[in-house]
Amino acid sequence: MTAPTPQAVALFHSVSHALRAEKIAKAAGIACRLIPVPRHLSSDCGVCLRFPLAEQSAIEQSLSNQIDYYEIFPL
Amino acid sequence: MKTIYLDNAATSYPKPSEMIEAMRIFQENIGANPGRSGHGRSIDAGRTLYETREALAKLFHIDDPLRVVLTKNSTEALNIALLGALRPGDHVITTGMEHNSVMRPLRHLESHGIELSVVSSSPQGELDPADLSKTFRKNTKMVVMTHASNVTGTIQPVAEVGRIVREKDGVMFCVDAAQTAGALPIDVEAMNIDLLAVTGHKSLFGPQGTGALFIREGLDKRIAPLMMGGTGSRSEFEMQPDFMPDKYESGTPNTPGYAGLCAGLNLIAKTSLEAIRQKEMSLTARFLDGLGQMRSHVAVFGPNNAARQTAVVSFNIQDVTPSDAALFFEEEYGILCRPGLHCAPSAHRNIGTFPQGTVRFSFGFYNTKQDVDDALTAVGRLAAR
Repeated sequence: MTAPTPQAVALFHSVSHALRAEKIAKAAGIACRLIPVPRHLSSDCGVCLRFPLAEQSAIEQSLSNQIDYYEIFPL
Repeated sequence: MKTIYLDNAATSYPKPSEMIEAMRIFQENIGANPGRSGHGRSIDAGRTLYETREALAKLFHIDDPLRVVLTKNSTEALNIALLGALRPGDHVITTGMEHNSVMRPLRHLESHGIELSVVSSSPQGELDPADLSKTFRKNTKMVVMTHASNVTGTIQPVAEVGRIVREKDGVMFCVDAAQTAGALPIDVEAMNIDLLAVTGHKSLFGPQGTGALFIREGLDKRIAPLMMGGTGSRSEFEMQPDFMPDKYESGTPNTPGYAGLCAGLNLIAKTSLEAIRQKEMSLTARFLDGLGQMRSHVAVFGPNNAARQTAVVSFNIQDVTPSDAALFFEEEYGILCRPGLHCAPSAHRNIGTFPQGTVRFSFGFYNTKQDVDDALTAVGRLAAR
């Protein structure tokens, strides 16, 4: 059995921003998915974008200049 | 009796089956609250709103879909812009051809210390940008105007006014596009529009209860929200979010309505705005030509030129009040139209038809040449009595 791929999440101001980020990341060919924000990261009721940790710089690159604010946390 | 619907300036009818189907599919297969939970169907509901923003952004040449606030209609959009941005001591300029969705908030603001200038238009309803440019003051904060009159269909020189406003520091340009969104090209960049208010249920083929406000980047810092409440975002804070679009979107939205609006917008993209405009213009030209044959008994208001107006025609028949005419058209011919002042007393004063008003026939994409010919027969018969 192979070890699970390390994942990270990007948190945004709102679901609208998360949806925009998902579209941008998918267009850049990054495998990602919107999931509920893990409780230990925020008490917010929204969603965040989960992606393979190895894609962090690709995510940052594709979101720069397109989304004003986001934070990335490894899971 | 078969009805002929000629009240598209009030709301378009019929609606495309794609729009009705999209609302049904949303309610049956998604039906969750957008942005309120993390589960898949809540995300799908959020995606419905996002795709609607995207389709609106594309139609109006807006770079960032998150600059689009979803509202219940253009009245709400205009109220956010006007009541949110103007403060006592500010000066605002508008035109004589406005709907009450602009005039009533402005008259309210005027009674609370905001200075108001109303620039008259020609008797055909056309604004001369040179008249407007003379009314700027040091404290002018906004120019707000309609893109086309709901009374006469007169298309206003929005691009020219946009150029004038852009040269003035710190003045916002707000456009009421209730009558033109989906009927005429609108480009917020080329026209220098800072705030664009649209409704979904007219030429955008959406259901009633949908609309939108575009807010140019940076201006949201100067515009307070009208309503505050739950947004699904930043729930740990008791202060209203200060970012777009949540700042202006409190409470559960009309998601099924926006699903329908999105389908309407997709249909416009598929059909092309040019094709829609050509069709509506040819129906209007046919009707105006026909009225021209009756000019001894029928007075036409507005440009009387299909290229310079939307598919809206206001007229009066000699010695017949507008309400009597409308009743005759419905009872004898099944024609549904709108008589009176059309929520725009100021525009009727401007064209000289206050207080009796006019009869308004407004055509839509789904009307036919036969509808126009039947309408002309009905007008001809009433005029000959």
